[in-house]
Amino acid sequence: MANENEKLSVWTSISFWRRSAAWVTGFAVILLIWLTFNTMGQISMGTDADLKKAAQEHRVVSRVPGPTVINYHIDYKMSKKRGHEVPVIGAKEPFFGKEWSEKEAAALLHLGKLTSQAKNCMNCHTLLGNGAYYAPDLTKAWLDPAWQKGGPMQAMTNTNTTEEAMAKFLQNPSQYPTHARMMPNLGITEEEAKGLVAFLKHMSSIDTNGFPRNFSKTVEQFKTGGTNAH
Amino acid sequence: MLTSIKTNEFAGSESKKLAMMYFRVAIILFGAQLLMGLIAAIQFLAPNFLFEVFDFSVARMVHINALVVWMLYAMIGSVYYLLPDEAGVETVGIGLGKLAFWVLTAAVAVVVLVYIFIQVGPGKESTIWLINEGREYIEAPRWADIGIVVVVLIFYWNVFATYMKGQKTGILTVLVADLLALAGLYLAGMFFTDNISMDQYWWWWVIHLWVEATWEVFVGALAAYGLVKIINAKREIVEMWLWIEVLMLFGSGILGLGHHYFWIGTPEYWWEIGALFSALEPVPLVAMFVHVLYDWGKEQGIAKAEGKPGSVMKNGPAMAWIVTNAFGNFLGAGIWGFFHTLPQVNIYTHGTQFTAAHGHLAFFGAYATILIGMMYLGVQGAYGIERMKATFKSKMAIFLITFGVIGMTIALTIAGYEQVLVERAELGAGWNAFFVAQDLPWYVQAQIWRTIMGVVTFVGFIYLVWDLLTIGKKEAKAAA
Repeated sequence: MANENEKLSVWTSISFWRRSAAWVTGFAVILLIWLTFNTMGQISMGTDADLKKAAQEHRVVSRVPGPTVINYHIDYKMSKKRGHEVPVIGAKEPFFGKEWSEKEAAALLHLGKLTSQAKNCMNCHTLLGNGAYYAPDLTKAWLDPAWQKGGPMQAMTNTNTTEEAMAKFLQNPSQYPTHARMMPNLGITEEEAKGLVAFLKHMSSIDTNGFPRNFSKTVEQFKTGGTNAH
Repeated sequence: MLTSIKTNEFAGSESKKLAMMYFRVAIILFGAQLLMGLIAAIQFLAPNFLFEVFDFSVARMVHINALVVWMLYAMIGSVYYLLPDEAGVETVGIGLGKLAFWVLTAAVAVVVLVYIFIQVGPGKESTIWLINEGREYIEAPRWADIGIVVVVLIFYWNVFATYMKGQKTGILTVLVADLLALAGLYLAGMFFTDNISMDQYWWWWVIHLWVEATWEVFVGALAAYGLVKIINAKREIVEMWLWIEVLMLFGSGILGLGHHYFWIGTPEYWWEIGALFSALEPVPLVAMFVHVLYDWGKEQGIAKAEGKPGSVMKNGPAMAWIVTNAFGNFLGAGIWGFFHTLPQVNIYTHGTQFTAAHGHLAFFGAYATILIGMMYLGVQGAYGIERMKATFKSKMAIFLITFGVIGMTIALTIAGYEQVLVERAELGAGWNAFFVAQDLPWYVQAQIWRTIMGVVTFVGFIYLVWDLLTIGKKEAKAAA
């Protein structure tokens, strides 16, 4: 050792760790930015043409479909290849009794997403699993058997379709109590309620890599008479 | 603490007085956070409590917003406190700093009043601009977002200009770089999109890259400063560890962001990236502390053998909170985070009380502890006390708060476990599955324990405030 004061080892050298910290941080940031560009491409909203293709080929062509997905039947089915459930775009079905043009559907989804924030949904519910844990997760709420034909919610709200049951409930939730824990009345208008239902239907069509897992299990149980009813 | 301005201590440092102003608002907001938490906890047990008057969503929003804002206040206060010590010069723009403080405080007051009394608005852009943005943790309306950015820019300019003027210690260098990233990231949360996947993607840039990257590095710098101040830790040791922490925290935390991208519509490759990097996150959290304490013990031993007095512990309560920070951070952020960070586990735990359990222990262990420690350092400085010892009240405060938070965490972990197994694994996560799990006695019992432990935490908080208000005067008198 030439100099007594020199550090004995690189492992106790501050400048070594400072340089390493800078390099590692820089590398991580660059990698994150690169991955972000890739992800942005994959999660941008699809188009109406993508949806037509998806409906024909019974497969998902974009991870986040375009707003006109509200015109299609949506299913959530086990994919053997991927090992979990995936949303499947089916045949066309009316939404609030009609087919929505690209422009109308986009406007309705915009209203719905805006309302979901204005009414602070996320501080009771989870969306895509994020939010508060006081009320059910809304990721696949559109597909929930409770709201389907024969489920309790259509009977309670005296309606014939999922969208009408949801919209009626949302405008006056505490009038339709299902449990001691109720949803409060948030002053949601009829238009806003339609928007929210479109937002929920759109969210249920997003490819969430199988979250929530086993969702179709409830559906199967429900179809065979249900084992988890109160 | 409230009377500290009258003492005119801090050897005339205006920056430290400004720090105390931030600490005072922080502790008030901390109290608000706990009260809102209690209301929300009671609503889990008695859903009619304040129903359609002050709903769970409102209590919960104020609960988490008060948390974020009190921590930001205490963080800004901590920086203003250590800045003159580290840089060796007075903070350059004190007048501007004070103006920013009053602007921020007025804005926070307005935002909270609107949250409490107006609560929600119609589904229009104006609601997002004026009432609330409805995005968890960053609900503040857009006008306040812009105000926050302006205030933070003033703060950052103050820090940067002081850094350029004074000495550039390793601690300050880390802080200056970290605060720039911290402030810049807030911008990622300030836009609206109809695409919920896109929304959540950028939302996590703010939340994760704050809490699991930039805030962690920030507390690393605070711990380094605290250890130098309280037990005369060797600067070379703490600064070496600080750089190792930066390396490991940013090296794991930045790409650890991937563990929030498992289920929001983002591609599958985030499974591997998120799992690998977030699993590395707990590694660096206790090392600096253990090394410094070991070194301190060794130095004390050498001093004793040579018949000299060793260096004394200059601030008992602050040191106790920093100890709690070292282990609380490791347990809450590290262990409780790792519990559910792998996608194979997370697909069942995501969106259950498991997350709440982790959130409570992590925010407390990693952040609340060390920021309270900084407040004790502030009181010591305000009264010019050479050596501040813990009082009975200091001990009650740290014991009750820590015990209460750990109790809440355990209760919520049990509730989460029950949800994972019954609601998710057994019943498959539907509407009905959710309520079946919520109504099971085990879940309800866990919620009862959570509420009891919340009350314990609140009693501890009362001791804390009482102690912060009185310890300075008491010890200053004892010294005189």
